[in-house]
Amino acid sequence: MSLKFALVGNPNCGKTTLFNEITGSTQYVGNWPGVTIEKREGKANKFKEDIRIIDLPGIYSLSPYSMEEIISRDYIVNDKPDVVINIVDATNIERNLYLTTQLIELGVNVVVALNMMDAVEAKGDKIDLGLLESLLKVPVLPIIASKGRGVKELVDKALNVAQTAATAGLSSHSEIHNESIVKCIEEIEKSIVLKLNKTSGNSRWFALKLLEGDEKVQETLQIPDELLKEIKVYQDKLEKNFDMDIETIIADSRYQFTSDVARKAIKRKDQDSHLTISDKIDKVVTNRILAIPLFLAMMFGIFSVTFGTIGSFTIDFVDVLVNNTIATFVSNLLDSAGAAVWLHDLIVGGIIGGMGSMLVFVPQIMILFFFLSILEDTGYMARAAFVMDRLLRKLGLSGKSFIPMLIGFGCSVPAVMSTRTLENEKDRRLTIMLIPFMSCGARLPIYALYTAAFFANNQTLVVFSLYLLGIVVAILSGVLLKKTILQGNVAPFVMELPPYRIPTFKGLMIHMWDRGKGFVKKAGTIIFAAAVVIWFLQYYNLSFQAVSEPAESILGAIGSTIAPIFSPLGFGDWKSAVALLTGFIAKEAVVSTMGILHGVAEATEGSTDLLTALQTAFTPLTAYAFMAFSLLYLPCMAAFATIKREMNSWKRD
Amino acid sequence: MERTLKELKPGEKAKIAKVLGEKGAIKKRLMDMGVTRGAEVLVRKVAPLGDPIEVNIRGYELTLRKSEAENIILE
Repeated sequence: MSLKFALVGNPNCGKTTLFNEITGSTQYVGNWPGVTIEKREGKANKFKEDIRIIDLPGIYSLSPYSMEEIISRDYIVNDKPDVVINIVDATNIERNLYLTTQLIELGVNVVVALNMMDAVEAKGDKIDLGLLESLLKVPVLPIIASKGRGVKELVDKALNVAQTAATAGLSSHSEIHNESIVKCIEEIEKSIVLKLNKTSGNSRWFALKLLEGDEKVQETLQIPDELLKEIKVYQDKLEKNFDMDIETIIADSRYQFTSDVARKAIKRKDQDSHLTISDKIDKVVTNRILAIPLFLAMMFGIFSVTFGTIGSFTIDFVDVLVNNTIATFVSNLLDSAGAAVWLHDLIVGGIIGGMGSMLVFVPQIMILFFFLSILEDTGYMARAAFVMDRLLRKLGLSGKSFIPMLIGFGCSVPAVMSTRTLENEKDRRLTIMLIPFMSCGARLPIYALYTAAFFANNQTLVVFSLYLLGIVVAILSGVLLKKTILQGNVAPFVMELPPYRIPTFKGLMIHMWDRGKGFVKKAGTIIFAAAVVIWFLQYYNLSFQAVSEPAESILGAIGSTIAPIFSPLGFGDWKSAVALLTGFIAKEAVVSTMGILHGVAEATEGSTDLLTALQTAFTPLTAYAFMAFSLLYLPCMAAFATIKREMNSWKRD
Repeated sequence: MERTLKELKPGEKAKIAKVLGEKGAIKKRLMDMGVTRGAEVLVRKVAPLGDPIEVNIRGYELTLRKSEAENIILE
């Protein structure tokens, strides 16, 4: 029988690193049933036992206020993992343990993995692990996830706990709360056991949640009114005694416990007498004068590398590889096998040509994702939110919307997904609606192609201007939406600024690949299919006879019908019209369609032929109009589906 | 007059007495992040555009807006 270990921890505590360390490379990303959120699940391959590792979203608390919190809690309560591995950032024990106290309250098997022990040592602090273990009454294991240290011992311990629990049941847990609260919990527990015949091991947790006024638990248990009244008496009594509302009393009580544990178990070298490296970096990065210019310079730098020499080198390299080496090789192979002319044309012209014109941009997109991963993994993204909050608030957004928007430069799909970290529903909706205006990685091939053809001397500048155009349109739309259909109060902005960390190369690669593989996958499936269909449609006419001129084909007919709509924009030819249609399937298909329609792969010179072909069909002005239109007209199908799903999926009220 | 976190200048330190406001997501979020009675806050800095502020609380860095800091009463 397989064992289930769930990974739970605060955001930024090294959860993903640990997950990758335990599972190796065989991870996959799946969706949660019912609600859609990324859940990773992997097998612990390095261990002989059959262990499934479930990576839950990074959360600060199990309170039912954000979707991630609800999902994590529901998973632990309903799916009952054998062991919950709680990753605790050893440099920030006091706050991290807040979540631990809630896991202990739940009465599940908890093993605490104390991560980043190297950072603690570097600071000169000492943690008494034995004392920590005896105060929490759960196993505590020191690890350094980024170096893979202590991971084996951790999994062994978790296995041990799972096996002991299976035979001996749950061991006793530490009491978090003070006497007067515990008394109330016990009374309520008695009542629920009596009145609802709830004798399961969770009755104590239910009692605590009911005392806390948790509406989700009230709903699931279907508490009768008389019992609610009884609970209200306890709540009133405590609220009167403590002079605070009940939620605050419980939260307060948990923090009293964690600060008590932290004080006893940690010996700090000295109290913030000197600046840490993080503080020093922050002095520059969030400096009053330097912060914003630095941010803009950084973005410009990223674009320069992505679209400058390095970017174009990768394009040329892949171009020669696909359109010369591979195309010639396959062509010769087909000729010597005596393949039919149409098959030769389909494979070389349609598939290799169509996919090739898109594949050349994969390295460039990977470079962009690589930089975005650096921004995120170092902790700079959070600073960007801190610096930009004031500006974004003018649009009625919070600094937190900034991170999803930045991710939107990579791909709208994960960007829309990442809006789940916003607690405010209106904020979230507005952010989702504005994300498609951020120039995503898939629009990049279009820009790269057209700027190479028409603005070779100012490529970076022109691409940068398109990115800015998207941002300006987003700002205007934001103001408009906020004034009309999305009126409401300004959302709160309470966020952790994680310490700067030097990202590991492995971590960056995994992060980059996680994002980029979606793009490659799309190339392999959607673009492949689109390339075949488009080739077919442009090879035959309506009576299914091969045509010599693509303009006489089915595609030519479709294109000519809709082309007049685009002629006021300056690109009323049928090829552009068809390319924009396929762009709805996937933005990168615009380029591959152009490749097929201009019959590029059959030429030997590679994409310079496409450039020449475009130069006769467009002027610099219409080329810019075409790029702007590709940016603004419609997000791709995948983004569309994600947006629709996300806009419906979360209704708090 | 009660002092609030908003009035604290960068480099100044104080203990939290109370968090005002209605029960709900904002307040709960502050609680979860450790902004509770008795916690010591040190104001680190103000963002370049004048808002939000960065504070050190319970050994980590937290950012919040002045409008939220206004609801945090100090001892």
